[in-house]
Amino acid sequence: MLKFPSDEWIKELSKQLNESADYERSAKDWEGDFAFIVEPDEAYPQTAYLYLDLFHGKSPSAGILNSVDEKPAKYTLAAPFSAWRKVIEGKLDPIQGMMTRKLKLQGDMMQIMRYPKAAKEIIACCAKIPTDFDGHHS
Amino acid sequence: MWYFVSPKIVFGEDALDALEELEGSRALIVTDQTLVKLGIVEKIQSRLRNNGFDTRVFDEVEPDPSLETVQRGVQIANQYQPDWIVALGGGSPMDAAKSIWVLYEHPEMQAGEITPIVQLKMGSKAHLATIPTTSGTGSEVTWGIVLTNQAEQRKMGLGNRANLADIAIVDPALAAGMPPQLTADTGLDALTHAVEGYTCAWHNDFADGMCLVAARLVMTYLPRAVANGKDMEAREHLHNAAACAGLGFSNALVSVAHAMGHTLGATFHIPHGRAVGLVLPYTIEFCAAEAPERFVDLGKFIGCVNQDGQAGARQLAQAIRGLCQTIGEPLSLHQAGLDEKAFENALEKMIDDAFNDASMVSSSRSPGYDELRQIFRCAYYGTPVDF
Repeated sequence: MLKFPSDEWIKELSKQLNESADYERSAKDWEGDFAFIVEPDEAYPQTAYLYLDLFHGKSPSAGILNSVDEKPAKYTLAAPFSAWRKVIEGKLDPIQGMMTRKLKLQGDMMQIMRYPKAAKEIIACCAKIPTDFDGHHS
Repeated sequence: MWYFVSPKIVFGEDALDALEELEGSRALIVTDQTLVKLGIVEKIQSRLRNNGFDTRVFDEVEPDPSLETVQRGVQIANQYQPDWIVALGGGSPMDAAKSIWVLYEHPEMQAGEITPIVQLKMGSKAHLATIPTTSGTGSEVTWGIVLTNQAEQRKMGLGNRANLADIAIVDPALAAGMPPQLTADTGLDALTHAVEGYTCAWHNDFADGMCLVAARLVMTYLPRAVANGKDMEAREHLHNAAACAGLGFSNALVSVAHAMGHTLGATFHIPHGRAVGLVLPYTIEFCAAEAPERFVDLGKFIGCVNQDGQAGARQLAQAIRGLCQTIGEPLSLHQAGLDEKAFENALEKMIDDAFNDASMVSSSRSPGYDELRQIFRCAYYGTPVDF
């Protein structure tokens, strides 16, 4: 079990993406790294920053950050911990999450809307990670 | 959390009278040259003039409107400074008008930035009225916009809930002149909206009723309207069905048939309704292999299904093929006239484009690359999907 959010968890997502042929094809032209901001809520009282580099269908690097300024990313996606949990567990479609502002995206939205298949493959890879949400297993 | 949004809808005989109740002074009518020649634009102008409006016409919208056409329309709007934009026509003028409206209100934006995840405020310069002249697109009641990027031969799914029309005027008299082929093509578009809106992963209680009623109306009245364009009872029900289906799918979403249809349209210029209607039975067979229940539910409501499970879903697919045969629509891409070699040459790009179409995200069953390739080939050769 890998705790979410953690350095091990985001590195495992990076590994899963690098092993996914479907992700590689769907994101073959994609250039842009992400900072995922986990905002505090009742279930998780801290803020966490996860960094995921994505380039031409691969994920060259990933890790936990102390702040978003440590490694400024092209895109930031921020949501409370409980919303992230729903996304990772497949209970909240990330596109629906962005449309209802449950997930707040900053970056080139025109570009990101051209890659829905890649977004789906990232979620599929998240679902492959045995995740511990602070004592609650997915 | 989700939303159900709708413009104010005026429908039925003489619904055009609503133009004489609009408050404003300058209306830019966004339309195409065919409707100018048919005298329909003059009918709209006359009603607006009676209401004290000055009007100007932008009639350069082509089928599958391009980004360049939208830019020309925005220039006209900026010069003319309308307080109403009136979209008149089928889906193409509607989608062009919505884009022109957004870019007129927000000169800082590009068309590609009109996405559902930006926060957009509308109405500071103008309002939008939509008047459909075909019975299919549903665009008069939706916030979705489809534009064509000609350089990339790709359709762009755009739109934001804020660019919903203030008023949709659904007057069946405007659809009375549609020739049989156009009636058939656009009717299949409405049916595909209804079926995909009801069965996609984003279906919801509020949209379901609209989709069910729209599907039944199309199955009942489309053959009559194609056979006899003067059958005004059929015309009126179809015109309403298109708007109901529009409300249904735009408050849920569409699915694989639209993702495939968009790329077929962009690549081979197959009319949109014909493309999505042609592939719909194949995508039903694919999606229902994992979750047939909602297809069966819909088929039973229409009255064309009496079995459960996959057998029932296949009955629905066959009923739609039967409708296509009755109204003279092709059942395969081969029958639609696509050259086999050209199809195979374009196939891999069409697969990539279909996967990157916003419609694909809400499919109740997500195809892989191999599966989507097989669905395209089944649709080409007319072979039912059995995987």
